Amino acid sequence: MRPFSYQRATDPDMAVQALSAAAAANKPLTQASAQPLAGGTTLIDLMKLDVMRPAAIVDINPLAQGWSEISPGRENLRLGALAKMSDVAAHDEIQRNYPVIANSLKLAASAQLRNMATLGGNVMQRTRCSYFRDVSYENCNKRNPGSGCAAMDGINRMHAVLGISDQCIATYPGDFAQALIALDATVEVTGKSGTRSMPFAELHKAPGNTPEIETTLQPGELISAFLISGRWPRSVYLKARDRQSYEFALSSTAVALDVQDGTIRDARVALGGVATVPWRAREAEAQLKGQKFDDGLAQRAADAAFAEAKGRQHNSFKIALGKRVVARALQQAVMMEI
Amino acid sequence: MTAAAPEPKANMGKPVPRYDAAAKVTGRATYGSDMPLDNPAYAFLVTSAIAKGRINSFDLDDAKRVRGVIDIVTHENAPNLNESKLFSNGGYAGTTIQPLKSTDIAHDGQIIAVVIAESYEAAREAANRVKVSYTAATPSASFDSPGTTEAAAKGQNAQFKEDPKVGDFAKAFDEAEVKVDASYETPTQHHNPMELFSTSCAWMGDTLVIYEPSQYVHGLKNGVAEQLGIDADKVRVVNPYVGGGFGSRGSTTPRTAVIAGIARRLNRPIKLVPTRDQGFTIATYRAETRHEVKLGASRDGKLVALRHEGAEVSSRADPYCVGGTKTTTRLYACPNVDSLVSIVRADRNTPGFMRSPPEVPYLFALESAMDELAVKLNMDPIELRRINDTTNEPIGGKPYTSRSLMACFDEAAKAFGWAQRSAAPKSMSDGDWLIGYGCAATCYPTQMAPSAARVRLQRDGRTRVEIAGHEIGTGAYTILAQTAAERLGVPLEKVAVFIGDSDLPPGPVAGGSNSTASTCSAVMMVCDQVRQRLFKALMPNESLTDKAKETVGMGQTPSTQAAKGDRPIDLEKAFDALGVGVVEEYGEWKPEGAPQDSFKAMHSGHPRLVGGAAMKDKIAYAFGAEFVEVRINRFTHEIRAPRLVGAFAAGRIMNPRTARSQLMGGLIWGMSSALLEATEIDARTARYVNDNFADYLIPVNADVPGVEVILLSEQDDHINPAGAKGLGELANVGTNAAICNAIYHATGQRIRKLPVRLENIEV
Ligand SMILES: Cc1cc2nc3c(=O)[nH]c(=O)nc-3n(C[C@H](O)[C@H](O)[C@H](O)COP(=O)(O)OP(=O)(O)OC[C@H]3O[C@@H](n4cnc5c(N)ncnc54)[C@H](O)[C@@H]3O)c2cc1C
Ligand code: SF4
Repeated sequence: MRPFSYQRATDPDMAVQALSAAAAANKPLTQASAQPLAGGTTLIDLMKLDVMRPAAIVDINPLAQGWSEISPGRENLRLGALAKMSDVAAHDEIQRNYPVIANSLKLAASAQLRNMATLGGNVMQRTRCSYFRDVSYENCNKRNPGSGCAAMDGINRMHAVLGISDQCIATYPGDFAQALIALDATVEVTGKSGTRSMPFAELHKAPGNTPEIETTLQPGELISAFLISGRWPRSVYLKARDRQSYEFALSSTAVALDVQDGTIRDARVALGGVATVPWRAREAEAQLKGQKFDDGLAQRAADAAFAEAKGRQHNSFKIALGKRVVARALQQAVMMEI
Repeated sequence: MTAAAPEPKANMGKPVPRYDAAAKVTGRATYGSDMPLDNPAYAFLVTSAIAKGRINSFDLDDAKRVRGVIDIVTHENAPNLNESKLFSNGGYAGTTIQPLKSTDIAHDGQIIAVVIAESYEAAREAANRVKVSYTAATPSASFDSPGTTEAAAKGQNAQFKEDPKVGDFAKAFDEAEVKVDASYETPTQHHNPMELFSTSCAWMGDTLVIYEPSQYVHGLKNGVAEQLGIDADKVRVVNPYVGGGFGSRGSTTPRTAVIAGIARRLNRPIKLVPTRDQGFTIATYRAETRHEVKLGASRDGKLVALRHEGAEVSSRADPYCVGGTKTTTRLYACPNVDSLVSIVRADRNTPGFMRSPPEVPYLFALESAMDELAVKLNMDPIELRRINDTTNEPIGGKPYTSRSLMACFDEAAKAFGWAQRSAAPKSMSDGDWLIGYGCAATCYPTQMAPSAARVRLQRDGRTRVEIAGHEIGTGAYTILAQTAAERLGVPLEKVAVFIGDSDLPPGPVAGGSNSTASTCSAVMMVCDQVRQRLFKALMPNESLTDKAKETVGMGQTPSTQAAKGDRPIDLEKAFDALGVGVVEEYGEWKPEGAPQDSFKAMHSGHPRLVGGAAMKDKIAYAFGAEFVEVRINRFTHEIRAPRLVGAFAAGRIMNPRTARSQLMGGLIWGMSSALLEATEIDARTARYVNDNFADYLIPVNADVPGVEVILLSEQDDHINPAGAKGLGELANVGTNAAICNAIYHATGQRIRKLPVRLENIEV
């Protein structure tokens, strides 16, 4: 860890000011010299590991009053960026009308972490690639652009099979983001010129040739809320992992269906643990829409979801696993009594 | 009685609560790095980012500019230290690779610099700013890497004396009616005790005090003195509590003498708290192993041939090995046995003892093979063990001092509900989950070592027990207090125990599960010396030795009327008769068969462990049987072990509460070892990749919803005066095979490589 200045932002303007002041041209957000601090469970971790080296920390927790609402309305749901994972997961109406959200949060991390961590910080969490998190490895394009990728031919069991590039195969590790992308969430961003909104699907960027650029947020911008329209009571979050709790997904899926008279009117499928960014499996959705459900259909949808997947030495199993996870989640969603 | 404090059966002590429970749960217990130091400087290690090669140069400018940096020690200015000899070859050290001696790098994460600063934060920041230029060579990471060398263990490792064999294996195997021939593999694992590998060194004049989690304060004291070239009596090691050891702290690591040397030069106490990932490379670990097991049996299940060949990885520098064939060749009756252990040298740090070092990998192989044989014979695996149960080990024909293996199988099978198992693989399920039942034998050698003790009894019954034993979480304080209280007939609350300090009478290494047997036997003997002095005062005319003989062992019913009459003796009268207020006795105890130089060795920090298979005309082991239910998700292939049941017999159980806790921890560890734990090595760089608690998986509570421990009553009068067999390393031995056997039952798939991960399941 290196010395840094610490500042509490008591209103959004102040936070934005402090963050933009330190922003330098040509530096991606991940390397900006000022970073917002929410629960700190990713940021402080990476600072201790010397992976992130901000000179200034802007504590945004004082904004919680305005930014931590959990307000399910008739037409839509608004979740403040500073709402705690545990509070959202435990919320009655979220559990009833958005089980995919409640479960994606409940099955993430540990009780202690969920009590600390915020939704905004959660979607911004960074990859768990071991080579990225250990600065003694030179070769990591994400941390050290242009240096190569140690994971490509190294230990890559946890790595991605979708959305990869020859520069980086690091998995986006979070769970909640799959629920957001599946439900077509909108993200509200607060910056110098007020707030703007964009589809959540446009927040994260696949590694391509610039794995160090992870999101479309600009230095000085903060996520203030997430919005979801409609209700999704027929929705499932299924997560396969090495241990029963407190572990990232090897493969997960967020599934939401609108089934009427046995026909799938709308289908949403997102994949976690297998892709470099929150991953919407539109090919799978296309298979499902307008169809009557049966196990064969679930299989075809699952196959479609992974049609483009590419495994490497230790992670190829994720393709077959991911398909089984998707097919099973679809079955579970169809069987749900609502 | 509660689950945590089981009702004692015959030959068991009381399940009294832990002596140190309150201190631990309130945070009053002080561990090494909690010890207050006067104006300490802080050290932070810089470790190598390559596994083989050399350092070209350091660029320290940036690091030295950090405010508060006092010094940066590299090979160019490191204190001069003497070499240290490997523990298993008669020395004290866990490795002979001494860092900071030259530019050479022998393994990943070798200490290459030590930053000393006014604060921990400054030291860490400066360490982050040290730049190193290396010339890297291509390292050999493990088995299968080009450039390794392989040779028989015998002849290179003094502790590995013999490849056991008897009869004519080749012929018998050739002619056997039913055969199993299979290969097994176990991974690299790290102990990861909760307390980090810290060390604090403070000099007072020419005397050095070391605060460090150690499983052997006398070994550390003598080892560091040797490296510093000073008299051992000038070194004191203090650690009243150790936050877990599991074998990682039995021998010395290079860090201690380095820090002591720098502290001497700086003339200031230094405190080092390395990081979790540094712990993976500055201490030892369980090396990966490979096995080939051949079993031949007759149709009725009698073993006629057994061969176990093991290969283990070690460092280039040191011939460490665990050599578990001494156990696996003796566990079952079999007339024709052969074995071989070899060591494969790679560019790694030197491995070392880790909870049941030989038994964990070697019994995984044998007990998996036994299950495979049972399947081939179409026989219940418990019956196969019963048919091959024996009272004498087959290699030298020596009798087991006691052996409750089948009683353990029967008790555990009953508690587990083995009778409800439908024998065919893939025949049990519950919704999305395939269910499998599996079992395996577990065993661990009964070992003892010389130990001294001092006991002081006051007129009011207050008692002080002093022994340089170790509280590594096992319950050492508790059982030593119980032993003294029972032996002297004083209330438990009146006994104070002092351990974890090399200024106390030397105790043995807290390793090989010998501590309870050794330290309790020593304390019993010295308590008897105290009693004899009191008897003498009360009954000056009676024969002392006879009297002493009649004073019976703890917890046993007095066998003669005379003995009954002796206790409780009237303390006040005895003290009045003696005319003193305090009686204090010191004594040195050694187990039967201990070598001539035992006591001398004890004082110079060399444990002389005896027991197990190495005894002259007998063999002593503790046994158990372990049953597991695994559940495998049909869709995700996730593997869970919701039920672990073990029954164990280990001679006298000093305290059923602490014993259960050890065995429960062992079962959980065994499950962890089978399903979760493995240190991943990057084959290209020979570096550990998942060297942290987020990536090196151990179970969380949700993974172990059901653990049941059954303690069997067993009496063994042929092992040591305490009648106790070590059990700290007993329970994590059988679990690996039990889980794989259960996975076979659930899926029909035999898995021979650990850990088993969901991608290994094909259903
Ligand atoms: C051992 C462990 C296990 C875990 N397991 C899981 C798991 O299974 N599933 C899972 O989903 N997660 C898991 N996590 C990750 C955890 O959920 C995240 O660390 C957490 O959600 C981050 O939230 P935070 O508020 O603590 O973020 P911080 O650490 O405070 O912030 C994270 C990043 O986001 C930035 N940031 C924070 N708030 C905002 C905002 N409003 N706008 C813009 N940028 C912002 C910060 O600057 C920082 O770069 C695990 C974490 C650990 C340590
Ligand atoms: S996968 Fe990405 S994060 Fe990991 S080492 Fe490669 S470039 Fe770095």
